[in-house]
Amino acid sequence: MRARPVILIPFIWLGLFFLAPLLIVVRLAFSESAQARPPYRPVFSWSDGFATWIDKIQAFGLDNFELLLSEPLYGDALLSSVRLAALGTALVLVLAYPIAYAIAKAPRDKRLFLLTLIVVPFWTSFLIRIYAWIALLKPEGLINHMLMQMGWIRAPLPLFGNDLAIVIGIAYSYLPFMVLPLYATLEKLDWSLEEAARDLGATRMRAFWRVTFPQTHRGIIAGILLVFVPALGEFIIPDLLGGSDTLMIGKVLWSEFFNNRDWPLAAAIAVALLIAMAVPLAILRNVETEGTR
Amino acid sequence: MRMSRFNIVSLVFGIAFLYLPILLVVIYSFNASKLVTVWGGFSGQWYRALLSNKPLLDAAWVSFRIALVSATGAAILGTLAALALRRYRRFRGRGLFAFMLYAPLVLPEIMTGLSLLLLFVALGWDRGFWTVTLAHMAFTIAFVALVVDARLADLDPSYEEAARDLGATPLSAFMRVTLPMIAPAIIAGFLLAFTLSLDDLVIASFTSGPGATTLPMRLYGQMRLGVTPEINAASTVMIVSVTLIVIIVSWLSKRRPA
Repeated sequence: MRARPVILIPFIWLGLFFLAPLLIVVRLAFSESAQARPPYRPVFSWSDGFATWIDKIQAFGLDNFELLLSEPLYGDALLSSVRLAALGTALVLVLAYPIAYAIAKAPRDKRLFLLTLIVVPFWTSFLIRIYAWIALLKPEGLINHMLMQMGWIRAPLPLFGNDLAIVIGIAYSYLPFMVLPLYATLEKLDWSLEEAARDLGATRMRAFWRVTFPQTHRGIIAGILLVFVPALGEFIIPDLLGGSDTLMIGKVLWSEFFNNRDWPLAAAIAVALLIAMAVPLAILRNVETEGTR
Repeated sequence: MRMSRFNIVSLVFGIAFLYLPILLVVIYSFNASKLVTVWGGFSGQWYRALLSNKPLLDAAWVSFRIALVSATGAAILGTLAALALRRYRRFRGRGLFAFMLYAPLVLPEIMTGLSLLLLFVALGWDRGFWTVTLAHMAFTIAFVALVVDARLADLDPSYEEAARDLGATPLSAFMRVTLPMIAPAIIAGFLLAFTLSLDDLVIASFTSGPGATTLPMRLYGQMRLGVTPEINAASTVMIVSVTLIVIIVSWLSKRRPA
């Protein structure tokens, strides 16, 4: 079959602007840092051929990864990212489930409108939504100000510049990503099963936890991954809401790149992040293909 | 079906949680006091200050041009990509094609930014307006393709087949029958790409160079120094513009294919 331009044009574009850059990152991750412009010396050159590459990887390409493993900062940053992303995801799930449930139970003609209401803030600038929380959480911010005015607290609560602020930031910015897949499963649910449980004498709570909740596991898994994966590589949230000692891998990558100008190390962190993301994404793929069958 | 009290409370709480922080940014942009927590009366002075803030206005103009050009490019390439995947169920590399098209949706921005910068460095291109524009095209194409693909899935192929049977060339059948029917989706995709480009900080920071500071880059620099009513005013302008775009998009996507 003749190569058609409809296929060929986007194919070439994607090869140049998606695949090639990723390969360059991987190549750079195996390079040495250098005082030059650009600040690295490639260990591999494209003309080497694949066999030579393998030899070189085994010979001396792993310096950056050895540094990642030996320097506790990077391991800590990755673990701390996983922890904060997981806490944020847990909070999103707790907040999103009742919302998705309520929308699914709303009159049919109101559902699309309610769903739109939940998604619209996602269109507003991410940066502005995070900025909004600075004014709320700071020691002299609105929440502390109000609580002190009402006499509930004497000194400002430490809400800002710490892990709590990051978790709140993640919960706020990724809420729609959780509501949508949860709503999608709840909306298709057969409610007569819950009614049957109620008729047989289960309390409302018991009917929900034993009958409805287990049926939504697919939506829960999809939502968790849709929130967890991007939160893992988040930069803006830890940078604007976190403290100076907050470690998240996206922030470490940023400072290695912009402040220390260690491009190969930044690339090695990127590759490590990609590997960390691959696991949850593989799970998501499995859940989705399971769903279509 | 009547909603239980618990469901109504959940909805009200959820919507308040989502909207109150944004609403406060808007309200405090009209605050006469420089303090963010004290209400000093209504004032439009921060908007007047915006108008004389030349670096911010320059950055807004740069962002607008980048968004316009990159969204146009993304609309064309994203539509082509969606058509390729819908029309041709088998061609060599189709799996790779689909992966490359949709992978940027889940790739952290910081990785997209780093990898594209390294591409530009490897190619020896000077960083500036065009590198940011190309980078924004690269990460918004997937969103356009997603929107256009949804419309193509609903489309009845018999319209185009009828045009072909009546003697139209493939190109003319596409241009005169299919294109008008998917046009609302392409425009919605364009506007989505436009807002994503306008909003992006991370990818622009990596791929930008001297003289191409975008609005989010400028705002971010100021936000790190603290909360000011002037940033609130700039944010409000962006919120209002994006809200208008959302209204247009939802109106376009409600229109069913003729």
